[in-house]
Amino acid sequence: MIEIKNLKKSFGGKQILKSVTFSIKEGGVTTVIGGSGTGKSTLIKCIIRLLEPDGGQILFDGKDITHIKDELALAQLRRSFGYLFQEGALFDSLTVGENVAFGLKYLTDTPAADYPKIVKEKLALVGLKDIENMRPAELSGGMKKRVSLARVLAINPKLILYDEPTSGLDPIMSEIINELISGLKRKLGVTSVVITHDMKSAFEISDTMVMLHDGRAELVAPAGEFKNTDNPYARQFIEGSSRGPIRMEITN
Amino acid sequence: MFKEIGRFILTFLKQLGQASQMVSSCAFWLARAPLEFRQTMIQTTRVGVDSIAVAALTSLFTGMVLALQAGTTMRNILSEPLYIGTLVGFSLVRELGPVLTAFVITGRAGAAVTAEIGTMKVTEQIDALYTLGTNPARYLVIPRIIAFMIAIPVLTLFANVSGMLGGLMVSAHGLGVSPTVYINDIKTYIGTGDLMHGFIKSAFFAFMIAVVCCCKGLNTRGGAEGVGKATTAAVVISMVLILVADYFLTAILASLGI
Repeated sequence: MIEIKNLKKSFGGKQILKSVTFSIKEGGVTTVIGGSGTGKSTLIKCIIRLLEPDGGQILFDGKDITHIKDELALAQLRRSFGYLFQEGALFDSLTVGENVAFGLKYLTDTPAADYPKIVKEKLALVGLKDIENMRPAELSGGMKKRVSLARVLAINPKLILYDEPTSGLDPIMSEIINELISGLKRKLGVTSVVITHDMKSAFEISDTMVMLHDGRAELVAPAGEFKNTDNPYARQFIEGSSRGPIRMEITN
Repeated sequence: MFKEIGRFILTFLKQLGQASQMVSSCAFWLARAPLEFRQTMIQTTRVGVDSIAVAALTSLFTGMVLALQAGTTMRNILSEPLYIGTLVGFSLVRELGPVLTAFVITGRAGAAVTAEIGTMKVTEQIDALYTLGTNPARYLVIPRIIAFMIAIPVLTLFANVSGMLGGLMVSAHGLGVSPTVYINDIKTYIGTGDLMHGFIKSAFFAFMIAVVCCCKGLNTRGGAEGVGKATTAAVVISMVLILVADYFLTAILASLGI
């Protein structure tokens, strides 16, 4: 579905992504792990083209989307993608219902009369009901993430990019979010790319796992294989050990 | 010293570039997508209706102090308070009405716009707009530019009337000038050209304030502190630009006979 080839991205002279290469299979869950500042969020922002890569290529269904500049073409491209922001990024000035219906107006031809029904349906899908008239400020962290996910689901994307969907949540809420991600794959065949630091979640939901380190995809492997890898970087990350090559580089 | 000047010029050019890019994006979306009517109405209400009292009050006291100063000066020079209505009216319609209203709106609504958009930027709500098929130019900036351009000229009109009423009160009760004389002074010497002069200025200021405040908001970085800095910068830049543009606009309009 998506091919990423030698992707490069720098900020202010600092190269975050040096050469990232891997592919995302349709209908699967690909998890991207790596230390803080290794460019995980940068990577998925390049995929949805919130950022323009400096080099390399991103192919979506065979079409090169790396350097599309036309705003209409980008809006068209984003019809296929959903993006779950780390903190939800719900619009403060709108109600929960208006937030969930937001993408319907711009990305679909759905008549406005159908919005309330779709909003109710998508909120129910993430386990929420009767909160359409609440404001984002009145919601807990977990509820915000679920409303944000309902907003993404409302537009029926082919691919959903999740930026740390379980960060800051209690273990039960994290489990609910994980079940939602797996459920979307099973029931709707949605392709997912998940950024996470939570190794338990990663092994639970992933088909493929990618370890980013030093601006490169250090290891790309199916989840089962990844769990038993000998790769020292991945091993250290899985075990959450302070000893290993990643630590060595930090102290140096 | 040269390094500082160079840095200042580079920052100025960078900000000019950001503003130009934002305005061109607005022109692009204005031509290709329907106007966000609901957002425009909400913003017009916030900028306009909610600011009537403060704009009118500011102008009321400005008109009062103008009348007092003009009356005292005229008494010293000509022994009686002549042409108070003309002086107050001219000052308000051509200069103080547009400038003071623009100042008041910058502090009240412009700062709020920068803070709101800046907060949206640092909480990734701006990125969310892109991922949901729209963009900040279309959803946030165009409605605000239109709202400012509708509200500020109308508020200027209110401010002019309020200021002239303030002048009338002081003239009648403090200087002993009859209201009929005061109103006649205004009607005789102030024409449509003067009103147009003020109107053109206020529309231009409105566009400038909206562009500066939206642009500063969209380029906010660094959390709550960044939002604070962007808001302060937006207000300061807008106010300085209003004064600078006021001089050049006056010169241009005067040369055109307006």
